[in-house]
Amino acid sequence: MEELDVEPTTTNIPASEGNHLGFVWGPGDILVYDTIYKSSGSVGTCSSFIHEVRKDEDIYSPILRKLFNESHHIFVGLQTIREDLPNKNKKTQFVSISKNYRSVIRACMEELQQVADTELATQYGNQVSILLAIELIWNLCEVLFIDAAPGGSLLLHLLDWVRLHKADVDEKAQEVLQSESPTEHHGYWDVPGGSQTLTEFDVKWRHWHDMVDHSLQDNSFASDPNLELICKILMGDEDAILEQKDLLSTWYHFLVTRLLFSHPTVKPTELHYYAQSCLAMFDSRSAPEPLDSILLAAFEFDIHQVIKDCSIALNNWWFVAHLTDLLDHCNLLQSHNLHFGSNLREFLLLEYASGLFTHHSLWQLAVDYFDHCPEFGRVYLEQQIEHVPLDTERKALKVLRICEQRQMSEQVRSICKIMAKRALRNNRLGSALSWSIRAKDAAFATLISERFLQDYCARGTFSDLDLIDNLGPAMLLSDRLTFLGKYREFHKLYGENRFSDAATLLLSLMTAQIAPRSFWMTLLTDALPLLEQKEVRLPPKVNERNTWEPEMSSLYNLSVKPMTFQDEDVEVTKVELLRLALARNLAMAIVKEGTVAV
Amino acid sequence: MFVARSIAADHKDLIHDVSYDFHGRRMATCSSDQSVKVWDKSENGEWHCTASWKTHSGSVWRVTWAHPEFGQVLASCSFDRTAAVWEEIVGESNDKQRGQSHWIKRTTLVDSRTSVTDVKFAPKHMGLMLTTCSADGVVRIYEAPDVMNLSQWSLQHEISCKLSCSCISWNPSSSRAHPPMIAVGSDDSNVTYGGKVQIYEYNENTRKYAKAETLMTVTDAVHDIAFAPNLGRSFHVLAIATKDVRIFKLVPLRKESTSSGPTKFELLIMAQFDNHNSQVWRVSWNITSTLLASSGDDGCVRLWKANYMDNWKCTGILKGDGSPLTGTSGQPTAMSTVVGSSVQASQSILNGTTAAPANIPPPPPPPPPPPPSFPTSSPPVIKTDDWLLPHLYWDSEQLTDPHRTLNRFTTHARSLACFISFAFGSQAVGTAVRLSCFCFNHIGCTFPSYCLLWSN
Repeated sequence: MEELDVEPTTTNIPASEGNHLGFVWGPGDILVYDTIYKSSGSVGTCSSFIHEVRKDEDIYSPILRKLFNESHHIFVGLQTIREDLPNKNKKTQFVSISKNYRSVIRACMEELQQVADTELATQYGNQVSILLAIELIWNLCEVLFIDAAPGGSLLLHLLDWVRLHKADVDEKAQEVLQSESPTEHHGYWDVPGGSQTLTEFDVKWRHWHDMVDHSLQDNSFASDPNLELICKILMGDEDAILEQKDLLSTWYHFLVTRLLFSHPTVKPTELHYYAQSCLAMFDSRSAPEPLDSILLAAFEFDIHQVIKDCSIALNNWWFVAHLTDLLDHCNLLQSHNLHFGSNLREFLLLEYASGLFTHHSLWQLAVDYFDHCPEFGRVYLEQQIEHVPLDTERKALKVLRICEQRQMSEQVRSICKIMAKRALRNNRLGSALSWSIRAKDAAFATLISERFLQDYCARGTFSDLDLIDNLGPAMLLSDRLTFLGKYREFHKLYGENRFSDAATLLLSLMTAQIAPRSFWMTLLTDALPLLEQKEVRLPPKVNERNTWEPEMSSLYNLSVKPMTFQDEDVEVTKVELLRLALARNLAMAIVKEGTVAV
Repeated sequence: MFVARSIAADHKDLIHDVSYDFHGRRMATCSSDQSVKVWDKSENGEWHCTASWKTHSGSVWRVTWAHPEFGQVLASCSFDRTAAVWEEIVGESNDKQRGQSHWIKRTTLVDSRTSVTDVKFAPKHMGLMLTTCSADGVVRIYEAPDVMNLSQWSLQHEISCKLSCSCISWNPSSSRAHPPMIAVGSDDSNVTYGGKVQIYEYNENTRKYAKAETLMTVTDAVHDIAFAPNLGRSFHVLAIATKDVRIFKLVPLRKESTSSGPTKFELLIMAQFDNHNSQVWRVSWNITSTLLASSGDDGCVRLWKANYMDNWKCTGILKGDGSPLTGTSGQPTAMSTVVGSSVQASQSILNGTTAAPANIPPPPPPPPPPPPSFPTSSPPVIKTDDWLLPHLYWDSEQLTDPHRTLNRFTTHARSLACFISFAFGSQAVGTAVRLSCFCFNHIGCTFPSYCLLWSN
C-alpha cells in the first residue's frame, strides 16, 4: 500500500534568492523573511519585508463556513448513534447521515455557483470543482462501502451515481443515458427487485441477450445503421460503446454503461476488474489523474488507499476526516486494517480540528471534534485552547467555560491569571481581583488587596464596592483579602450606625493580627470616633482594658517612630488624639467596670 | 500555501529574528540595526508597528516573549554580550492615541563575556525564568523571584558546556514525571570535539543541573534545536538543525529508586533529512507538533509532517523567488502599510500575464565601483584561533559589531575593497579591529578566511 509519491508544493515568496529565509510559526500561518545566517556563500541585498504565508484559505471562505458549521452538526449527531442498535437499523442511519453530508456539499456547491459570476469567479470555480470531486467520491463510497448494495442492485445505484453527477456538468451525457437506455430497460430493472432471484434474472437476461444477438447476426437491423448501433450497444458490444466515447465524458461513465449492457448482475467483488479495463480502454495514452486513481481504488474496495489519495490530492481535511469517521462508525476500517483503524480516524479528525482552531470563530466547532478523539483529543484541546486570543472579557469567559466543563484546571488557572494581569495593567482593580479569585492565585489577590487598601488610604473611599461586598468565602483566599473584605464590612456597619457591631469587628481585626502593619494607623484613626462616643461602648462583657492594651503598645511603637510617616506633624497630632481617646475610653471603661461590679 | 500579505518591517538592517507572542496577536522583530520592533495585529488582520526602540549596542540576535501570565514582557540578546528584559507599560493617553506603546528596560544581564547567542524563557510552570547561552560556552539561568518586580533577576545556575553555545531549548513538558530539562547546541565545527547537543536535567536533591546526555552522533555544528510540545507523551522529541535536519526521540529509561543521578535516555533517531543540501539554520515546531519547519542553505523553508504511521515527509517548500519587494525605507507612513497590491503586481509579472506597470520602480542601478584604495599586499597582521572580541575594542561604537558593520557595507556598497578601506580607516580612531572569519565568508570573497588583526 504505497502512497502517491507527490512532490511537495513549492510556494514562491517575494524575497531574494540565495539568501536564507527566516521563519516563525504563528497560530494559523507562518511568517517568513529575508535574512542571512552566518557563513553563507552568497550575498544579496536583504529586503526588510515580512511575509505572512497561510496554509488553508478554505476556512476563510464565507460560503464554506456553512459547510463546516452544518457538517459539524451531522458529525456530532453521528457520534451519538448508540452502539447497541441492531446492525440493520444502524446501516440505514449511516446511509442517511452520508446523504446528509452530501446534501450539505451540494448546497454549498449551488451557493458557490450562484456567486461564481462575481469577480472571485476563478477562486469559487476552483472550490466548486473540488466540491464536485468530493461529492463524486463520497457518493461512490456511499454506494460501495456504506450502503454496500449486493450484486443485482449495485448497478442500479451506480447508474444513479453516474446520472447524478453527469447531469450537473454534461447534459449530453444525460441524453446518452436516456436515449440509449431502451424502454425495455425499465422493464427489466423491475425484475430483480421482485420475486425472482438473481440467478433467474441472469438466465432470462442471457436469453434475451441471445435473442438480440441472433437478430443482429441475421442482419435484421442492417437497413438502419442507427438502429444497428443501438442494438450493438444493447448487446454490450464494447467497441460500439467506445465509438460513442465523445458522448461518454469519463471512463467511469463508460464503465457503468458497459456494465449496464453487458454485465447487469455484476458483483461488488468483480468491479475492480471492469474498472481497471475500462480505464485502460477509455484513455490508454495519458497517465491517470488523481481523481481516476481515487475512484479506481474505490472500485477496488481499497478504503485506505482512497483516504490516503484523497488527503494528498485534495489538500482538504474536511472531506477525509468526515468520510473516515463515518466509515469508522460503519466498522469498515477495523475489519480492513486492525492495527491502524481507530488511529487513522483520530489522526484525520485532529488535523481537521487543528485547522479549524486557527480561525477566530470556527475554533468553537473544533472543540467537539477534539472531544470525540479518545486518545489525543484532550491534550490537543489543552494545547490549542490556551492559544485562543482572549480579546475581550466575553471571549475569555467563553474559553473559560469550555475549560471548566472539561475540568482543565491548569488552563482555567492560566486564563484567569492572564486576565487578572491584564486588568491590573490597565488599572481595573475590581476586574483584576475577581479574575485572581477565579484563578485561586493567593499571591496576586494579596497584591491587589494591597492596592485597594492603598487607594483607600489615599482617597478615603473604596472602588468596586459590589465586588468587595460580595466576596463571601472567596475572601479566605489570602489574609490580605480577608482583611480587605472585613474592613469594608466595618465601614458598612459604621455607615448603618451599628456602632457596637462595627467596634467589635474593628477589635477583632486588630486582635487577629491580619491587618498589615502599614494599615494600623488608619485602623486606629477609624477607631477614634468610636472611642469618643458617649452612648456606645466597646463590648462590655469582656475585660476592655486587656483588649485595648496591645493597641496601646503598638501606638507606642508608632509614636516613637514617627519618622516613617510622610507628613510628620499630622501623624503626631493623630497619635496624640488617639492617645487621648484611648485614655479617656479606658477611664470610662474602668468606671463602668466598677459600676457593674457594684 | 499562499502569501496572504507582506509587511514592510522597515528595519535598517538585516532582520535576525521574528517572534510571535503566545496568542499570535503580537510579534516582535529584531535586527542588526540594534533595534526591536513590536507589532500588533488589528481586527482585520493587518499589522501595525506600535513600538520601535534601540535595545542594544550590537546586532540583536533573538527576541522572545514571556508567557502572558507574567504580563507583556520581552527578552532580547545581542552581540554586545548582554541580554535584556523589557516590559510594556500602559502609556500616556496621547501615546495611546498615536497607537504607540511604551517599553521600558527592566534589567540588563551582563554576566556573559561574549556574544549572547540565544535567549529563552523557561516553561511557565517553573515560574518566571530566563535562560541565555553564549559563545563562551556558558548557559545561564536567571529567575525573577517576584513576578511583580521585573528589575530583580538573580543568576540561579551557570552551566558550563565547554563548547561555544549557539542555541537552547527547554523541554516544555509540565508533567511531574519529567524534571526540568534543557538542551544546548553548539556551533563549534570541530568534529573531534564530539557531540554538539547536550541535555541537562535539574536534580531536586542537589538543586543543580547535571548533564543527562550528550548526543554523540551529532558531531557537526548545531545552529538550532527545538523540543516538540509534549502532548502527554512519556518520551520527548527533539529536532536539531545541523548539516541536516534530525529528529530524535528521547525515551526516559526506568530509574532505580535509589539512584539520584540524572535520567538516562534511550536515543532513537526518528527522521533525518538532507534536502537542504548543506547547513540547516533553524528548526521549529507548530503548536501541536504535527509540523516541523526548517530553514537551510538552499534558501528554502521546508515543512515536514509525519503521517499516522510516523512516516516523515516534506509537505511544503517556501522559496524566495528572487524578486524581493522594495520597501520605502525611511518613510514612516509606509512602515505599517500592507503591500498586498505590490505582491500581486510582482506575481502577475512572473506569470507573464501583464506587462510591468509603470509604477513599479526599476531595480536600483548597481553602485559604482569603489576607488581601488586597498593595497595589493596582504593585511598587516594575520592571526587565527579565537574570534572573540576582546574588551579593548569595546568603546569604539561603530566597530563593536563586525557583523553589523559588514552588513551595512554589503548593503550599501557591496564591495570588499570598500569594506577593507573602511577597516583601515578605523585606524584613525586609534582602535584595533579584529574581524572574525565568518565575516569574510559572509561577503563571499576568496580572501583567506583567517581572522585579521589591524593595529596601529
